Amino acid sequence: MVTMEHYLIVSSIMFFVGVYGFITRKNLLAVLISIELILNSVEINFCVFNRFLYPEHMEGMFFSLFGIAISAAETAVAIAIIINVYRIANNIDVRHIDKMKY
Amino acid sequence: MDFSNFLMMHQELGLLSIFVILLFFDILASGTRYMRWFRAVAVGLMSLQTIFGFFPMPEGAAFGGMYVTSDLTVLMKNVLNIGTLIVFMQAGRWLRQPENSIREGEFYVIATATLLGMYLMVSSGNFMLLYIGIEIASLPAACLAAFNKYKEKSAEAGAKYILMTALSSGVMMFGLSYLYGAMGTMYFADMSLGVALEPMTILGFVFFFSGLAFKISLVPFHMWAPDVYEGGPTATTAYLSVVSKAAAVFALLLTLHHVFGGMAHVWYYMLWVLTVATIVIGNLFAVRQKDIKRFFAYSSISQAGYIMLGVLHGTEMGLSATIYYIFVYLFSNLAAFGVIASLENRSGQTDIAAYNGLYKTNPKLALVMMLAVFSLAGIPPLGGFFSKFFIFASSAAEGDYVLVFIATINTVISLYYYLRIVKAMFINSPGEDSVGPFKTDGFNRASLVICVAGILFTGILSGCYSYISAVGFGLIQ
Repeated sequence: MVTMEHYLIVSSIMFFVGVYGFITRKNLLAVLISIELILNSVEINFCVFNRFLYPEHMEGMFFSLFGIAISAAETAVAIAIIINVYRIANNIDVRHIDKMKY
Repeated sequence: MDFSNFLMMHQELGLLSIFVILLFFDILASGTRYMRWFRAVAVGLMSLQTIFGFFPMPEGAAFGGMYVTSDLTVLMKNVLNIGTLIVFMQAGRWLRQPENSIREGEFYVIATATLLGMYLMVSSGNFMLLYIGIEIASLPAACLAAFNKYKEKSAEAGAKYILMTALSSGVMMFGLSYLYGAMGTMYFADMSLGVALEPMTILGFVFFFSGLAFKISLVPFHMWAPDVYEGGPTATTAYLSVVSKAAAVFALLLTLHHVFGGMAHVWYYMLWVLTVATIVIGNLFAVRQKDIKRFFAYSSISQAGYIMLGVLHGTEMGLSATIYYIFVYLFSNLAAFGVIASLENRSGQTDIAAYNGLYKTNPKLALVMMLAVFSLAGIPPLGGFFSKFFIFASSAAEGDYVLVFIATINTVISLYYYLRIVKAMFINSPGEDSVGPFKTDGFNRASLVICVAGILFTGILSGCYSYISAVGFGLIQ
């Protein structure tokens, strides 16, 4: 039997894997993928809470639908900016994006 | 079908129509000689929007409580409008430069879109609308930060901003999902009834709060701000440091007191520590900066700490002092950025060394900069003194003397680094980095006049504060 807790464990692991990846990854695209992990874990959370705890409303489902749409927009903007970085610096390694520090 | 709901959000609809008009103007007139009217049209429409905002509006909720409007939210939107209008006036010269002229219209269109998101942040009655508003406000802002397409610093600023803002909104959404799990609703009104001190609610609140603190750049979450402010175009920096920050503060203020008012003793200590850290660290890092935009980034971080002082207690006086502080801060900071922008357009310099002897070459600009900096530091006859005074008084009225003491000491520290700029302008003699005498364009001059009038008169004319405090109290339960 898969209970709500199992889903929540999966989503929490996804969230913190995303945060870990955001901090440690060296490639901008990998950082972006880590952010997608975070957003997807949130969407799992919303759907699970809605289905198990409050099945009479659809609020959580709608939130995750909006979340998916917005994260797609976010990815589009981020990739556009990353392409621009690549054009200028010929590199998308975060260690080379260090013109401004301290 | 009843369309009266839409009348309630006529400020949003007005802004949306400005957005559409500017977009089509940009598409149809791009590359033709009509393009030189673009800035005048954008500024004209924006000032109409600002003026119409001051007309009295009906209060109430629309779309089943999703959208809330009251005198307070209208006031907040007016503050945001004024800031955007001044930024529009200052941006023109930079957008007319050859490498930007093909994208001139985009700046105004994108900025209008972010402003629409900020409107939704301020008058949302549901966390979903709040989240959508924050995203509409921050995604286009990343485009604005990366606007100088051929400059490496600008691309770097855009990349940093979009990644940090995406992370912060992910963290915030994670908190919202726990809040939803604990309470089963996303409406502010229903949530405020159901706030209970369960661990899950507190966890969700902490995540939500840190997501919003990213946007205000409170201290552990401030690391993006100096880089983005330094690398982004100056108009974008001005926009982010004033309008975007103000909108996030308003959203935090409304959610803290509308939704989480029942757990005030939980977030009070959190916010207290963050406020002290923000003021102190923002100040100490500002002392050692050499680039003026980076310097103003740290200065605006410490200003955000002062703003939080009023949010902390949630008294009527504190909240109206917060809005008043933001109102004065808007004029002071935008005056400073107006001067920075005109110098940068002229010489491409943003070092503080470029300001050596500015009084001898451009006395008027030096005077505006001096007034702005004195107002940010809180020197008596200017607006900045009164806003600091009110915000300290509101905190002292609640007996929080330690916080007021720390903040006052930091005001003295801040005087040191603000005076460094004044010294460079008035005492140092012009070096080889300094710019010669030049004239700024008409719009920029008009914006500086508005800012100086704001700095000089918002403090002395008592009607300004009493207007805000007469409106502000709708928030207290």
